[in-house]
Order: sequence, then structure tokens, then C-alpha cells
Amino acid sequence: MTEILDLQKVCKTYRGRSGEVRAVDGVSLSLDAGEFVAVRGPSGCGKSTLLLLSGGLLAPDSGDVTVAGEEPYLMSTDARSRFRAANIGFVFQQFHLVPYLSVLENVLAPSIANKTAAADETLTRARSLVVHFGLEDRIDHVPGELSSGERQRTALARALLNQPKLLLADEPTGNLDEENAELVLTHLGEFAASGGAVLLVTHDASAAARASRTVFLDSGKVVTDDAATAS
Amino acid sequence: MSITRLVFNEIRHRKLNFVLTILSVTIAVGCLTGAQTLLRSDEVQTDDILAAKKTEVEAAVAERVKTVEEAGKAHQDFVRKEMLKLGFNILILPEEQDVSELLLHGRLTATMPESYVDKLAQSSVMTVNHLLPTVVKRVDVEHGGTKFDVVLQGTRGEVPILNRGQKKMLLAAVPPGSVVIGSEVQKKLGLKKADTLTILGEDFTVATINKPTGSIDDVTVWIDLKQAQKLLGMENLINTIFALECGCVGDRLAQIRAEVSALLPGTQIVEEEAKALTRAESRAKAEEAAIQALADEKAAGEATLRRTEETRIDIEDRNAGLAGVLVPLVMLGCALWIGFLAFGNVRERQSEIGILRAIGLSSKQILTLFLSRTLLTGIVGGVVGCLLGLQFGLQFGAAESLGITVSRLFEDGDLKLLVILAPILAVVFSAIASWLPAMMAAKQDPAVVLQE
Repeated sequence: MTEILDLQKVCKTYRGRSGEVRAVDGVSLSLDAGEFVAVRGPSGCGKSTLLLLSGGLLAPDSGDVTVAGEEPYLMSTDARSRFRAANIGFVFQQFHLVPYLSVLENVLAPSIANKTAAADETLTRARSLVVHFGLEDRIDHVPGELSSGERQRTALARALLNQPKLLLADEPTGNLDEENAELVLTHLGEFAASGGAVLLVTHDASAAARASRTVFLDSGKVVTDDAATAS
Repeated sequence: MSITRLVFNEIRHRKLNFVLTILSVTIAVGCLTGAQTLLRSDEVQTDDILAAKKTEVEAAVAERVKTVEEAGKAHQDFVRKEMLKLGFNILILPEEQDVSELLLHGRLTATMPESYVDKLAQSSVMTVNHLLPTVVKRVDVEHGGTKFDVVLQGTRGEVPILNRGQKKMLLAAVPPGSVVIGSEVQKKLGLKKADTLTILGEDFTVATINKPTGSIDDVTVWIDLKQAQKLLGMENLINTIFALECGCVGDRLAQIRAEVSALLPGTQIVEEEAKALTRAESRAKAEEAAIQALADEKAAGEATLRRTEETRIDIEDRNAGLAGVLVPLVMLGCALWIGFLAFGNVRERQSEIGILRAIGLSSKQILTLFLSRTLLTGIVGGVVGCLLGLQFGLQFGAAESLGITVSRLFEDGDLKLLVILAPILAVVFSAIASWLPAMMAAKQDPAVVLQE
């Protein structure tokens, strides 16, 4: 299997006025293509930090991060941005959609950074994603006019536009009702099934149950890393 | 999808922020352009006022010159006529004539040939004018049985000087058989025009009665020279030659004397120096007064010009000083306000910046996103501000009411350059004002934003 994400003894400490907080403490974790891994743990255990470290957004204090065979933290800031655009997709609990762009434009937003495909091709893919996520009736609507489920599906479509190898999802179902949560998790599963790797950060056991593997974190350390059968 | 699309969509989304930013740029540029237009308008106004004043002064001086010239001519004419009334400038007398007898009793007893006057007239002498050969004697005249002692003058009128152009005659000849009488003679004898006056037994018709002069002329009668010579037994003889308007001023009298003595030996010259000098002095004083009046007029004009210029410079300096304080203050205020609006915009868009960075936009692209917005606000605000500033400057700079055209204002290169550069300046101004917030946005750590 192709290894998509490999973290080796990664550490990250936050330094504030009230002292130091070791958010991630020597975590080693690997994700292969087609793997859907859930990271669970109590609040403040370092789940989100682990996701940012994996996504090339937060440099570790120590340890190695390899994504799709390359080490993003050895790249320049701009090169890392381009690398991120080409290889990694993000989905967040707060959706983080651009408020003044329509659904289609939000989905197209990553193409500003990644111009590898022709504009027509990108537009066709964006439209097909909009249709795939059941948003065709909302294609010209701005986020303010969408439901939470629609917003998250828009965010998911955006994350997939550049056909990333790795999809990082931080509590993507946290603000959704059961039906929409189910829909989102299904799509994540589909992405993994299509050959991508999914790292899902959640404290929702039912969401984690959809993953092929669950990693438990506590105080920045991996407590357990067990394989599970996807439901 | 492009940065430009993002910029325009964001502007549509946050219209108020965009409009307020444009307004700030407009105020700053409008203030600068308006102040410059006002100052330029002041300059043009000053030029016009000074030019008008200069024309006015020049016209006044020209008018004064004309008046003085006319007055000078009138004065000369007056003096010339007055000199005729006063008598003669010089008398050419036979050498044996006792001058004291003439001065004390007005008697001329010695004679000289009448041909002397012709000799003088045919000569190249330049110092005498208007030659008048005369015989003079005190005689009794009679009218209606009343006798009166008068001065008889026989005259043939002026003898033209051949080497000169014909001059206006100061004294006409008296026709034979006619008599011109002084006012006192008329009064004593009760004469009127066309009456007969008997002189040494011969009758003459009164042709002219002169007005009173308060001089010996009032008791003088004038008849034709030939008739007078015959009556007095002085054929071809004369007592004196009166030379009028000799130009005999100061040292030139000696020159006249020399010239006349060389031509007419055995003669003497008695000059009425006081009268000549009076006339000369009068002329000189009139000339001096005229020169002084002109100088005064010019000086007054120049002083008026200088005062006007100083007043205008004061106004310009005051306005420039005021603009020098107000414009930077307004611009600083606008810059702070633009910075505040940009900072608010960045704060509001933190989440958006975070996700855009997360999905791969570089910090340069984020900076471009914000600076493109700045570019637009700068161009729009710059053009609008420039136009409004110009309009303001024209309206309140009294340019329109004074007929100062826009093209006049643009004759000054600085204002033209400012108007051309206004949008660029506005962009730079806007960029400087919002640079810090834009940099903050570009440098924003997406991890921090996404963790919030």
C-alpha cells in the first residue's frame, strides 16, 4: 500500500504566559492510501494540533512529517502552500466557507492556488462535485443562505476539488444533525474507498466507528492505535 | 476562479467598508487638490489684479503725460501771448540813444536807417524772431475838439525773417489811413470804431480799440510806419527795432548782442531781461512741475502696485500656511481612518484568510487580495477626490466669478501634474494607510485562526 501520511515522533509544545502545554508528545502515525483513520480523545488531548501538523499548517518542534512522500516542513512557505493545495484537503467543524462566494465559487476557491488543471476542466469538476454532494439547487447561493449540512457538504466538495491524496477532517459532524453527519461520513468513506487517505479528528464515537482504524490520544500521546472494521 | 473575482465579490459583500474607504481617500485627495486649486486660483487672481492695476497705473500716467503736454502747450501759448501784451523782449536802438531818457520818460530821440531791419531780416541771425521796426514819439491827438497826449507808434508790422519758415504773426501791420488805439485813448476822447482821430493834422479812421493792459499801450496809438515817418519828418528812419521772443535766456543774451552788433554796427541792445527770465523760469518751473507730477504719478502708481502685491502675497501666504497645516492634518486623519477600516476588514476576514491559506493561497496572494482592494479604493477615490477638489477650488476660489478659466489654472505645471498624478498618489496614500493591516493579514498564521 502507498503511504500517504507518516508522522515520526512528532512533538509540539505551545508556549504561553501561563506556561508550556505539550500538545503533541512524540506521536508516530502512518496512513496508507485508502485508509480512513479516526483520532479520538478528550478535549485538549492534541487532536486538532495533530491534524494541523499533518496538514502542513503547523510546524512541529521535533519529529518528521511526510505527506505523499514529501516533507512539507522542509519546503519554503510558498512551496508548502502549493504542496498543500495539490495534496491535502481540509474540512472543519466551523465550515470556514468564504461568506461572499457562492457554493460553486467556494468549491472553486482552491483552484486559485493550484492552477495545474485547465480552467474549463476545473469548472466541470467543481460542478460535478456540487451535483455529487446534492447542492445543485444551491449552486449560486452564498453560505449565509445554506443550512449547516449544505455548508459542510460545500466545504467537503471544496476539499476534494484538487483531488487531494489526504483529507483532514476536524470534527466535521460537530455542528450537523444526524442525517447530515451520516451523509458527510459516507462521503469521507467514499473518498477513502477511492484511494485517498482520511484523518478524521472527532470525539464522537459513532463517527469514529465509521473509520477503518481509530487512534486514541491522551495528553498528546497515542494511547491506542487499533484497527477496526468499517461499518 | 481568481483573486480579482474574490476582490470584487468581497467589495459587493462589504459595500459599507469599501464606500467609507473610498470616501476617506476622496476627502484626502479632494482636500489636497482643492487646496492646490484654491492656492493656484489665488495666484491667478493676483496676476490678474496686478496686471489690471498696472494697466490702470500706466493709463493714469499716460493720461497725466497727455494732460501735462497739453497744459505745457497751453502754458507756452499763454506765455507767448502774455509776452506780446507785456512788450518786447529786446529793443535794438541807435547807439546814440540815451537809454536813461527812454527808461525815465519813454522817449526815443535817436534814429537809425529803416534798412537795418531788412538787413537783419535777410541775415542768418538765429537768435531773434518777429522783427518790428518802429518810430515812436509823444504827440497830441485830437477828436471832437478834445486833445490828448499819446505815444505815437508807426509800425509796418512784422518783417519776415527770410532764412526761417513763416511764423505766426504776433502783430499785424496797420493799414494806411487807419489807427489802432489803446483803451485809455478811447476813454479820454470818447472814440469808437470808425471814428476819425486827428494826428498831427491828418485824419485817421479808428480800426481797432485795444483792451486795457495797464501799461503804456493804453495811451498808445499805432499807425502805418510810412505815414508816421512822413508826419514826423523821419522818412526811411526808425527809432527802434523790437525783436520779439528772442529766446534770450541767461547767457544767450551775450550771444544775441554779439550777433546783432556784428550785423548792425552803431546800435545797442536793451533787453527786457526780467520778463525773459520770468518766462524762462515759468517754463522751467512748469516743466519741473510736470516732471514732478509725472514722477509723483508714477511713484504713486508703483506704490499702489507694491501695496497690492504685498497684500496679495500676504493673502497667498496666509492661505498657503493654512493649507499647509490643514491639508496634512486632514490627510493624516484620513490615513488613520483608512488604516482603521482596513484593520477592521482584516479582523472580519480572519476566518476567510485562515481557510484561504489552508487551501493553498500564499501569503503573497493574500497580500495581493488586500492590496488590490486598496488599488481600487485609491483609483476611485483619487479620481473622484480630484474632480471634487477641482470643483471645490474653482467654486470657492472665486475663479468662476472672476472669469478665471480652468485652462488658466492649468497653465501652472504643478497643478496639472497633481491632477495627473492624483489617482497614483491616492493609490500610494491608500496603500501606505492600509499596508500594516494588509501585512497582518498576509502574515496571519492559519493554524491559529483554524484552531479558534
